[in-house]
Amino acid sequence: MSDRLITDIVNAGVNPVDHILRTDRMPHIWCPGCGIGTTVNSFARALIDSKIDLGSLALVSGIGCTGRVAGYVKLDSFHTTHGRAIPFATGLKLANPKLNVVVYSGDGDLSAIGGNHLIHAARRNIDLKVICVNNLIYAMTGGQTAPTTPGHSTTSTNPYGTFEPSFNLPHLVEAAGAVYVARWTTFHVRQLARSIGEAFQKKGFSFIEVISPCPTLYQRRNKLGDGLDTMKYYKEKSKVRHGAPTGEVGLTMTGEIIVGKFVDRDRPDYQTMMRTQYCESLGERFVEQEEMVCS
Amino acid sequence: MKADPRGVLTGTHFIDGDHACCEGALAAGARFAAGYPITPSTEIVERFASRVPTVGGTFIQMEDELAASITLQGAVWGGAKAFTVTSGPGFSLMMEHIGYAAMTETPCVFVDVQRGGPSTGLPTLPAQADMMQARWGSHGDYEIIALCPNSPQECFDLTIKAFNFAEEFRVPVMFMMDEVVGHMTEKVVIPPADQIEVFPRKHTHKSVEDYLPYGTNGDQVPEMAHAGEGYNFHVTGLTHDERGYPNMTPPVQDKLVRRLQNKIRDAADRISLFEEDQLEGADVVVVSYGITSRVAQRAIEAARESGLHVGKLRLITAWPFPEKKIRELAAKVKSFVVPELNLGQMVREVERAAAGKARTFAVSHAGGGVHRPEDILKVIVEASRCQTA
Repeated sequence: MSDRLITDIVNAGVNPVDHILRTDRMPHIWCPGCGIGTTVNSFARALIDSKIDLGSLALVSGIGCTGRVAGYVKLDSFHTTHGRAIPFATGLKLANPKLNVVVYSGDGDLSAIGGNHLIHAARRNIDLKVICVNNLIYAMTGGQTAPTTPGHSTTSTNPYGTFEPSFNLPHLVEAAGAVYVARWTTFHVRQLARSIGEAFQKKGFSFIEVISPCPTLYQRRNKLGDGLDTMKYYKEKSKVRHGAPTGEVGLTMTGEIIVGKFVDRDRPDYQTMMRTQYCESLGERFVEQEEMVCS
Repeated sequence: MKADPRGVLTGTHFIDGDHACCEGALAAGARFAAGYPITPSTEIVERFASRVPTVGGTFIQMEDELAASITLQGAVWGGAKAFTVTSGPGFSLMMEHIGYAAMTETPCVFVDVQRGGPSTGLPTLPAQADMMQARWGSHGDYEIIALCPNSPQECFDLTIKAFNFAEEFRVPVMFMMDEVVGHMTEKVVIPPADQIEVFPRKHTHKSVEDYLPYGTNGDQVPEMAHAGEGYNFHVTGLTHDERGYPNMTPPVQDKLVRRLQNKIRDAADRISLFEEDQLEGADVVVVSYGITSRVAQRAIEAARESGLHVGKLRLITAWPFPEKKIRELAAKVKSFVVPELNLGQMVREVERAAAGKARTFAVSHAGGGVHRPEDILKVIVEASRCQTA
């Protein structure tokens, strides 16, 4: 596969994921060594491999470095407000259930300012695919402490070290009701693409966390080296443990990173439950939602 | 186009303003609402939740007003006509998304059934103190449209108008009710669907290659596409160019923000709706809106009985403010009297538009009830005796 990929690039002079990107917006704003672009590449590969209809795929981002993904993909794409990608995506999906809706955003956006929406969308089991790029920090604004920042890290707002406990996101979303939960790092590009493909096969709230370096702020302030050093760390300290109890996958600054598919279960999604309830309660009075397009 | 008959409850009803507002939304074609419970607005979505599964649509109760006010915008970009309802504290939480709707030109309706504030204030009692917030509450420069019904019948009629303006101008429309109008029960006549005009979405007919999501073709309001139609468009709250791409430069900001403003200002005469009575030859004009216009009516009639020349101007559109109308009147009358359930909001607009040509008298009320007509009458008498400015 990779040999053919390289041949494709050399022969065609284009990257095989180019048709999924807004190439007219390149170069992007991400720093050297940042992992977000790597996740976008895995995402694009997953779209190609799973033969998803790109015309019925919408991508919604919030605010922050990862929030800029919406602006670089050649899809119907929405760059919303800080923390509110999930409720926007909820409205989009409910109005047009035929859409595949992906939420692509960062850890601060999804779990701090948007934390309430994250747990409620998981509880409702809204059919959304959430890709959470977790760089352990607020990067766009200059490296402030996030709810995901591991203890004893140095950040611009905890210059003497963080001391508040951090969120274990897979544990949080599993408890709230997600049907699919996986974690990879930006070292695991193929596994990540495979997980994104699997999430597209699920009907319900799917959550994929991608641990990603921020060499400019997190790694530098914590003397953890550059992007390449972080790749080495991910390679050496990641352990694949599919089905690991999510309560045991919390992150530390330099310790082991448990990766893999943690949760894969089925329960009816919001729209299925809504329809069932209306059919039961209203019988023939229930009117199926048509396409709402008001021409 | 005409209303979809499935949403129209044709007939004569005895219902309150909240329920009438819901019926107006359904008649206008709204098939999606997202809400969060708050007194005195909740009855609107309670009725919608009961009605909408029988006409083909969705109601979702969100976890808070921040969510409700953006969920509805997702639904709009998915193809629906959508709205949310709230009252003061929830309206405050929705401000960021009013700005997002203005910036992304998402047609939608925000209903605010006003109660006394600030903060939790008077949950079950009326006020009209969110009028400036409706205009200026989100950050940055932008324009919105705001309508003020004064009866359950108008809650029905003007809700349709609110959706029509939202679609025509691709702008968030504020529907500024108050607790009394919301909870007042009166006769409401809902006409047959073929007598209800509904403004269709300005959906593009252009090919994917020719479509510019924020290109304007001269009329200042861009054509819209929905997700899933193959246009691969981008929407952002960042300053953007005609392609919808972020472009954070002063010239692009200037062009975009001025257009967002001018598309409303240039049509202000058409959007400005008001009811007038005996303005010709008036010395004093009472300017009011919402429930206060009905209290003022009694004061106006009493003043006329005692021989005063009093005109009435009832604002149906609060924003854009009908400043041309006030300016014209200011050249002819001695004074304006502006009663409202706040400590002085729209009165400042009247004063600004009058520009010193006529005097302006406020009749303020902190909310929690309505004015006593005699308090308004007292000021009308005072205003009629004043020297022309």
